[in-house]
Amino acid sequence: MKRSRVNIRMPALGGQGAVTAAHIIATAADYEGYYAVSNPFFGAEKRMAPAESYARIGMTPIYDRGEVVYPDVIMVFHPQVITMGKSYTMPFYSGIKRRGLIIINTEEDLLTEEDKEFLESLEVKVLNFPATKFAIDIAGTELSTNMAMIGALFGAIGVVSVEAIEEGIKSRFLKKFVASGGTASLDSALERKFKKKLELIEKNLNTAKAAYELAQRWAQEQGLEPFLPPPPKKVAV
Amino acid sequence: MQTATDTVIYNRAGQRVVSPDYLLFEAPRTKHFMTGSEAVKEAVKRASVDASVSYPITPQSEAAHLIGELWVEGYVGVYFRGESEFGVMSEIAGCALAGARTITTTSGPGTLRAFENFPMWAGTRIPVQLVLMARGVNSPLSIQPDNLEVGFLLDTGCMIWYAENAQDLFDMILAGFVVAEQPDVHVPVITVVDGFFVSHTREAIMLPPDDIALPPYNPYRAPMPVIDAEVPPGRFLRDPFVMKSNYISYATHASWQWEVRSAIERSRPYAKHYLRGLIEEFGDPTAELVFVACGTAAAQAKEAVRLLEEEEGIKARVVKLKTIRPFPIEELRQAVKGARYIFVPEFNVVGWLEREVRRYLYGVSDAEVIGGPRVAGGMTMPAEVIVKEVLKLTGKEVKHVL
Repeated sequence: MKRSRVNIRMPALGGQGAVTAAHIIATAADYEGYYAVSNPFFGAEKRMAPAESYARIGMTPIYDRGEVVYPDVIMVFHPQVITMGKSYTMPFYSGIKRRGLIIINTEEDLLTEEDKEFLESLEVKVLNFPATKFAIDIAGTELSTNMAMIGALFGAIGVVSVEAIEEGIKSRFLKKFVASGGTASLDSALERKFKKKLELIEKNLNTAKAAYELAQRWAQEQGLEPFLPPPPKKVAV
Repeated sequence: MQTATDTVIYNRAGQRVVSPDYLLFEAPRTKHFMTGSEAVKEAVKRASVDASVSYPITPQSEAAHLIGELWVEGYVGVYFRGESEFGVMSEIAGCALAGARTITTTSGPGTLRAFENFPMWAGTRIPVQLVLMARGVNSPLSIQPDNLEVGFLLDTGCMIWYAENAQDLFDMILAGFVVAEQPDVHVPVITVVDGFFVSHTREAIMLPPDDIALPPYNPYRAPMPVIDAEVPPGRFLRDPFVMKSNYISYATHASWQWEVRSAIERSRPYAKHYLRGLIEEFGDPTAELVFVACGTAAAQAKEAVRLLEEEEGIKARVVKLKTIRPFPIEELRQAVKGARYIFVPEFNVVGWLEREVRRYLYGVSDAEVIGGPRVAGGMTMPAEVIVKEVLKLTGKEVKHVL
């Protein structure tokens, strides 16, 4: 059965940027021409405490809100989600759908034989991907871990282009500088900030792109089909 | 439409003043991608707002903070921080009594802390707008979505409108000012959304340009004079009836309460026009299985209607209530004609909407009303859970959701 929607669950730790990631994922998918919604969920969380975000991408308008209980894709942002159970659900893959995908930010294999058996029975593919290492190597900061995760997601599910990811990242980091009603002005201080921001975006983009390419190759090796048909031609507005 | 001889009027922020109908229905719209909180900002930006008061605390959304940004940019006349939620709701009342168009936001425990003010707002007939992002109010503490607090607000004398998503919220905030400020209405409006599910969720939304705005509020059209210590409402705040234990003071109080409720009733034609109806219907109009819901529960019911149709071959439909006060009595009665089963899914444990639905369908509809499914305290209501509930009723075996 062809999918008409991809539900993505992102168990992460507070401070890793999973909320930002969800917003960029949805913005990029929207730009690509899909329907998309992002939906963070947290309590009074702090750094390193479990925090989850969700994104939904589909062929038809999306009404669904809240936690993704039955995900097609799970993106594990930190090994502690698995090793220390820092997850809203136990096990972290609970509810995963048949032919789903799990991307884990890790340098080593964290799954038990039992986990693997269960996931294989549902034909779920697992990509172990060192996103933090990637971020440090390419962007020079672990703060870009979320960018690597975004790139890996879209490389693996094959429905959103690098151009759309770029658009998603830009819309997150490039706020319009509106000084007063109707007049946009950039003074020199803002310009300097602006340059810094452009550098930040560049680094983030490079990280996401590299991860995209890696995951794309992996998906080809695994014989993964694109998770969704081409985007519905949304009415241009 | 403007002709060459019309005078073009600009508001304080330099935006061109247009009619509410033009802003809501006719102005060209472009697509944006934003959170519910940001949609609040976009609505306030186009609403010629005079004053807003905020109180920064968890749980809050970014909405109040974003209104502050609008003040910096010159779109909002006055903006300051209250001492507490009680302070905020009192101070915003002061601004409104002085003749300002006002808006503020709150949620969960903040709503309860401020509560005494809501019936006061209604009694003083000020058209304050409160954007309520419903969050839990119980102990053990929850700051997650749960709309029990809306049940508490039903009889405060404020209009209660319920938005399903960011788009609804944007349009409702603009319409809210217009309806609440009608001289024959002139009571507060509480525009509700579910916290997180709308406030923190990012989605596509269609917006008119931001160089046009609602006509400024004209306090001289109010049914009561702007603040004056010698005539109502100033007089009865300064020198309340309770100080005079006699029949006239009791009767004045009682009749005034009736008047506030009548004012809400008089909002119906305006709300119908500016909200394009008090209800919205989704799904096969002949279906005997009907979900009556508001907010996110309506959204989840729409997903359930799709699942039921695609996977179980069961026809169903949703009647989404956009207003709770006034309650769309006639609209609901018409919409559920031919219904056999009415489910009322809700994000609270008590089922306040089920009570409302039963009350207004009693003796009118033969359908069986089923209060549920219900989740609370931050729980999500997956469409699969709603489907399961329906299948239980039909005696069908519940298939594994995978």
